[in-house]
Amino acid sequence: MKTFKFTDRLCSKAKPGQFLMLWIPGIDEIPLSILDASDNLVSVSVKAVGDATRHLHTLEAGATVGVRGPFGNYFTENRGRVLLVGGGTGTAPLLFLAKQLSTKTERLSFVEGAKTKDELLFVRELRGVCQEKSLITTTEDGTAGLQCLVTQPLGELLDKERFDMIYTCGPEVMVKKIFEMTEKRKLPLEASLERLMRCGIGLCGSCMIGKYRVCRDGPVFNASQLREVQEELGISKLGFDGSRIPI
Amino acid sequence: MVSNPLSIGFAGLELANPTILASGILGYSSESLSRVAKGGAGAVVTKSIGIDARPGYSNPTIVQAEAGLINAMGLPNPGIDVYAEEIKFSKTVLRVPIIVSVFGYSAEEYAMVAKKAAEAGAEAVELNVSCPHVKQTGAEIGQSPKFLKEVVQLVKASINKPLIVKLSPNVADITVLAQAAVEAGADALTAVNTLKAMAIDTETMQPILSNVRGGLSGAAVKPVALRCVYDIAEQSEVPIIGCGGVSDWRDAVEFMLAGASAVQIGTAVADNTDVFQAVTKGVETYLRKKNYGSVKDIVGLAHRK
Repeated sequence: MKTFKFTDRLCSKAKPGQFLMLWIPGIDEIPLSILDASDNLVSVSVKAVGDATRHLHTLEAGATVGVRGPFGNYFTENRGRVLLVGGGTGTAPLLFLAKQLSTKTERLSFVEGAKTKDELLFVRELRGVCQEKSLITTTEDGTAGLQCLVTQPLGELLDKERFDMIYTCGPEVMVKKIFEMTEKRKLPLEASLERLMRCGIGLCGSCMIGKYRVCRDGPVFNASQLREVQEELGISKLGFDGSRIPI
Repeated sequence: MVSNPLSIGFAGLELANPTILASGILGYSSESLSRVAKGGAGAVVTKSIGIDARPGYSNPTIVQAEAGLINAMGLPNPGIDVYAEEIKFSKTVLRVPIIVSVFGYSAEEYAMVAKKAAEAGAEAVELNVSCPHVKQTGAEIGQSPKFLKEVVQLVKASINKPLIVKLSPNVADITVLAQAAVEAGADALTAVNTLKAMAIDTETMQPILSNVRGGLSGAAVKPVALRCVYDIAEQSEVPIIGCGGVSDWRDAVEFMLAGASAVQIGTAVADNTDVFQAVTKGVETYLRKKNYGSVKDIVGLAHRK
């Protein structure tokens, strides 16, 4: 994982939940969640998983990249007792949100999970914004925090404490499980989703989930919207050729 | 009973209003087409479908230009065999006609895809002829009267549904292509597809689109598309669907006065998927103010001497 910071006036005004389209000239243009934005600067966190991101990792300070954005909607600001649940790279936009909310909310709790210690992101930064004892970390292999999935401590928290809003971002299978848990307890939820993107502005239909365009109607969706697309959520999406493929 | 002033029929199609979703916009799934239909579209045109699945070009596939959009998606589509299922399902949820856009690299491919689309339930087929001909690289089928005729003739012989040909504006005289399509059996023409265009990034000094060249759409092309409709209407009685830069009721009226029986809306859908409703309402008010009982009455009026 590497964090890249660059100057862009428009994206520096982004709100937590929004994304940008990053152009690596000659290679590709990819959607990336905004990690932080202020003072004419914007940051993104990128895992090297394909040609574009691997190439991005080789770039040095001073290199030029192309940017379109910020795009999409953003998390609503809840000032009560909030719980953020992040999985893997999904923690990035939630860190941005946590920083924005930490001085405004009554209570901020965070549950973060990853496969292994190296993929548990921004733990130090999160400790800075979460109140004491309100950051729980989990890893599947037990190399840091509790050895389990986020759903385990999440279930205990939801049963033990009252929350006014739950925010989540991460692998869609995880998001689906969290949606099922909040639905069961009739709790409000905002989830940031992702899909393959081309235009990023709501025209081409590549990023649809049900009738919603993730790039324009989302990427943040509330419980009522998630209910409408629950047959697809965590199950299938459109591939590059527009056919339906399993997640 | 007062008849619907906005209803219009042409080429065997009956529409409740003269606004149609253009091809390439939210056209992969029945859910997205259904959303657009609920936004007021009188009919929808699907994404262009071919014989084989195509992943399309890598990004960047669009550039946001001054008064429009330049796109080079590369015809990503799941292929007609997979998409036929989507067409069948769409018929159960859509309340408006579904027009399937078809492309190919030879007359045989066009005909095969068109046939399958019609069998799956397409109310009409629209041919996307802004494609290179497999036998002659560099030439688009829509730029060659000879190849265009060959394609239209074979498709016409292969389906029992209305056949619409979407013409390319990237030609010296569009009336020549229009005539070729009509002589070959086209039931209607859509004028026009996108204008060939590109963008270059001054920082990296290279073209932005991964495909280098793309098609310009949106407000920037309206005057050109409008002139194309006018030119074709001057020469021919064939029904025309205007396409290019329509975003409000006034644009739609201009196209109809030029000779279009209906208009397609594409680029403008991004900002508002309910644009069809807004355009239709505006046209309705215009008709009332101008004292016309039906939208049919204003088609081609700009040609009056």
